[in-house]
Amino acid sequence: MSLAHRIIPCLDTDGERVVKGVNFVALRDAGDPVALARRYNAEGADELVVLDIAASRDRRPTFLETIRKVAAELAIPLTAGGGIRTLDDARAVVRAGADKVTINTAAVLWPELISELSEEFGSQAVVLAIDAKRHGDFWRVMTTGGRVSTDLDAISWAMKGAELGAGEILLTSVDRDGTQSGFDVTLTAAISKQVMVPVIASGGARWPQHFAEIFCEGAADAALAASIFHDGIQSIRALKEFLASQNIQVRLPC
Amino acid sequence: MKISLLDYGAGNLPSVERALLRLGVQTERVSTSAGVAEASALILPGVGHYGALIRALDRDGLRESLIGAIERGVPFLGICLGLQALFQKSEEAPDLQGLQILPGCVRVLNGAVKLPHMGWDQLQSKAGSRLLEGIESGAYFYFAHSYAVPYGGGEPTLETLATCSYGGEFVAVTEKENIFAVQFHPEKSGDAGQRMLQNFLRIAA
Repeated sequence: MSLAHRIIPCLDTDGERVVKGVNFVALRDAGDPVALARRYNAEGADELVVLDIAASRDRRPTFLETIRKVAAELAIPLTAGGGIRTLDDARAVVRAGADKVTINTAAVLWPELISELSEEFGSQAVVLAIDAKRHGDFWRVMTTGGRVSTDLDAISWAMKGAELGAGEILLTSVDRDGTQSGFDVTLTAAISKQVMVPVIASGGARWPQHFAEIFCEGAADAALAASIFHDGIQSIRALKEFLASQNIQVRLPC
Repeated sequence: MKISLLDYGAGNLPSVERALLRLGVQTERVSTSAGVAEASALILPGVGHYGALIRALDRDGLRESLIGAIERGVPFLGICLGLQALFQKSEEAPDLQGLQILPGCVRVLNGAVKLPHMGWDQLQSKAGSRLLEGIESGAYFYFAHSYAVPYGGGEPTLETLATCSYGGEFVAVTEKENIFAVQFHPEKSGDAGQRMLQNFLRIAA
């Protein structure tokens, strides 16, 4: 009897359609968010993340409408984010049906936003997304969709974020994202062992073995992937059956 | 049958509405003591801070009407904070009083575990749970909380129909006459959650 390791598909949208970045740059269309949400809900996904990677002001109403439609399909938790800058932005996303809000660039610019969101919605609803890129012997926090470097060390930032009230860390390896060469086990383990909140590993997933590694060696509480699920390369059900066969605790769909 | 959802600004109220809608059930939001008094079945959703829930109930004058409805035998389902509110008080807001319908206190989950307790965890259920009818012991439900009512050690055990272990064993399902409460989120717990909600609807009908 214990907490299951979670498998979380992620829908990167331009507000309306699902797209997926390879190394955060080249984008191609991957489909309709509502249809994908329905499929993952039925296949046994443990949660769903929907991100607005365009995050432009004029597209915001479209993204909120996407959240509403996706939420209507789900009997599992929904996290939404991308371009959230203020408490009001977060309220709109929650009102549209998200259970959790993820913030990234805005949290780096205004760390107090983490506390504000946590006070308003509870820490279980605040996911601090950290995009980390290896730089010599440490991992640097990147913002603005992985394009802008900061001086922040990813491990210290994760600890600070948890202290300010983030209830979860969504940790993306910018080096691995889109490469399908496996999650960054070293990065994830370094952060997961330092912070006392759950860590979702992201970036680089391709094979079921990658998920086994990130749970066992990376100490991740959850693992997130996008294109391998969208493209049908990996079914969630088969992935969970594999993990269960490796004695990794997962929730098997009935 | 109409199910009344107590609306005091809880974040998960729309999720509960959507889950019941999928089951084909009509719901209404009630936010006044008159609304609570007229309800034929009540759900108290909740997620976030215990203090926010208790303060909202007192601000809106809902405490007495809620206790009154429960004492009259109106079928009641508390979800997450909605379970915690039934007990005496909580370490999360030590200055406030709970609804004090059930004995026991809400305490922070302890031990060397990450908080919040977030994700899918297994129930250890006892025979005779009406909410968990048709759901096997060991089924997974979705939890998102840092506080809970500890099980055992002098705390109430009689009405506890299922527990979960995370930083110690805690009350996951409690049932007493018309009172039903769960620490997890059935509205986010996939098929098992839908089944549990269906069981409550059948009891309430």
